[in-house]
Amino acid sequence: MTHWIIAPVVLPAMLAAIIILAARFHQNLARVFSMAGCVALLLVASGLFWRASGGQIDVYLLGNWSPPFGIVLVADRLSTLMVLLTSVLAIPVLLYAIGSGWDMRGRHFHALFQFQLMGIMGAFLTGDAFNLFVFFEVLLIASYGLMIHGGGAPRLRAGTQYVLYNLLGSTLFLFALGTLYAETGTLNMADLAGRVAAIEPGADAGIRVASVLLLLVFAVKAAVLPLHFWLPASYAEAPAPVAALFAIMTKVGAYSIIRMYTLVFPPDLELTQGLFGTWLLPAALATTAIGMIGVLGTQRIDRMVAFSVIGSMGMLLVALAGFSEAGIAAALYYALHSTLATAALFLLVDVIRDRRKDAGVHLVDARPIGGASLIAGMFFAAAIAMCGMPPLSGFVGKLLVLDASFGTPLVVWIWSVVLGTSLLCIVGFARAGSTVFWKCHQEPGERNDPHTETDARNKPDPDDQHPATPVVAIGGLIALILAITVLAGPINRMLAATASQLFSPTPYISAVMGAQGKVITYGGSDGYAQDGASDHADDGTEGEGEAH
Amino acid sequence: MELLVASAVGILTAAGIYMVLRLRTFPVIIGVSLLTYAVNIFLFASGRLATDMPPILRDGVDAYTDPLPQALVLTAIVISFGMTAVVVIIALGAWLSCSDDYVDDPELHSGQQAADPNPRGGSFR
Repeated sequence: MTHWIIAPVVLPAMLAAIIILAARFHQNLARVFSMAGCVALLLVASGLFWRASGGQIDVYLLGNWSPPFGIVLVADRLSTLMVLLTSVLAIPVLLYAIGSGWDMRGRHFHALFQFQLMGIMGAFLTGDAFNLFVFFEVLLIASYGLMIHGGGAPRLRAGTQYVLYNLLGSTLFLFALGTLYAETGTLNMADLAGRVAAIEPGADAGIRVASVLLLLVFAVKAAVLPLHFWLPASYAEAPAPVAALFAIMTKVGAYSIIRMYTLVFPPDLELTQGLFGTWLLPAALATTAIGMIGVLGTQRIDRMVAFSVIGSMGMLLVALAGFSEAGIAAALYYALHSTLATAALFLLVDVIRDRRKDAGVHLVDARPIGGASLIAGMFFAAAIAMCGMPPLSGFVGKLLVLDASFGTPLVVWIWSVVLGTSLLCIVGFARAGSTVFWKCHQEPGERNDPHTETDARNKPDPDDQHPATPVVAIGGLIALILAITVLAGPINRMLAATASQLFSPTPYISAVMGAQGKVITYGGSDGYAQDGASDHADDGTEGEGEAH
Repeated sequence: MELLVASAVGILTAAGIYMVLRLRTFPVIIGVSLLTYAVNIFLFASGRLATDMPPILRDGVDAYTDPLPQALVLTAIVISFGMTAVVVIIALGAWLSCSDDYVDDPELHSGQQAADPNPRGGSFR
């Protein structure tokens, strides 16, 4: 049992406390701690990823209680992949926050950032459904603080919506977990898998309800139509580095769907036939369509990027909804790509908003921005990636999604929606890019005035001095997009291995259930001492309740 | 007992959903609180209803109530309590800085707001 598995959860938690307590009034100290923590996190995540890449499944028993009584953390290929993605994303985002000064526009940015990372890492690593809920709450409560970081009326209002919507989601999550526990008597995912499979066909009403409720909860997180309404306003109004970090949050929903619906409710399970399998794909297609229509329809670039998040989540779920190995591998590649691409776009939008001054994020004519060629080039690259045009990773991702859809009954629908929405996305981003970077020679309303001194207006404000760090951070994200494009072959082989590990869950279940820890010895050594037949008490009995 | 618990969950949920569908933050927060009460009772019942039974193993006792849902409920209560406090503060901040307390998209109310002579009245009246 390696203790490194708990490190991605404990490290940010400790750092957040240190930043609050010790570095409260020291800006630079907080920045150094936060960045050092992220680098350390990346190293730990790489180590865990390397360890799991051979197919090994590591189980960590919290408090050393034997599963299914204690909480377990499980590091398999999928978990470590997502942990690695989060820590890779965190560094450029944090660099941008520091470089642009966003972290000092409110208080406790770095502490909340670390708590957010802790929640995300925990959600990816946990092997217990109720613990998943707890980590969801950790990442949500940190995200509430980050979401309204810096304040301002529109942000606070969007924050209220966001918090309320997620509170309702959490309530639904608890209802789902209650139903699941009532039906199976356990919340450990590996144990659930065995017990759900053993449920009699006649007594399946409760478990069918639980499976759909749980999917609804994850669909809220993943912003699936018609549960996506919280996303555009929240992501558009959130501070840019926060919105970029939120790019991973929708993937937490997608990850949970992949985990629960390959392990606990596998696609060939008799009990849940005809439920989510029937409507998840149409919902995903509609999500893609509505997201990309939103890209075309909105008048603000921040909302445009937020809608492209919805569209790309739809695309991810289209690949996912078939619950085939090729589909899951394609969905994972698309998750890697869209996380990086949306993060880069959110940061670029912030740069554009800063430099355009009055015009801000609105798609109107304005004077040219400083350093336009570099920013335009990066926007072009990120937009190409997001739209799925060759040569960047979005194209590879969409190709994989389309390829995986062969053999599914709705293949015609998938192809037409994916290709049609790509066109909408291209038009939307092309319009935004040309308005911001090309049609920027005149002030609004002076279009037809021949006497305007266009020479002065054609030039960006010479007083503009821009720090280089934010641009470096965005450049780093674009370099990562390039890297996953160039390395698409090896990455795909790795993702195919990840998907095949998901579809043969026996090693996962036996690794978790076979892990040896402390057991409750009351009434025998098998741990199920509920009958009270034995006559000696044991102190360890209370442990299970405390563990939760 | 079953009827009491089941109807409590049902009525609280129904009332909570009704309140959540209001437009102003105050009723929505009350609705969310009602929903969390409902889910707490629901979780409590998920370990089967058993009265007057110990949740901890003891000598000479052979019937128990399930201790796990009680631990789950404790966690859920703490989390929902904290979350409600957070949402109250954020909603207050939004109310003070936007001078109205609508929950939905601000752009929808930009026209109404100008027409309303006392936009702060809201649900606090």
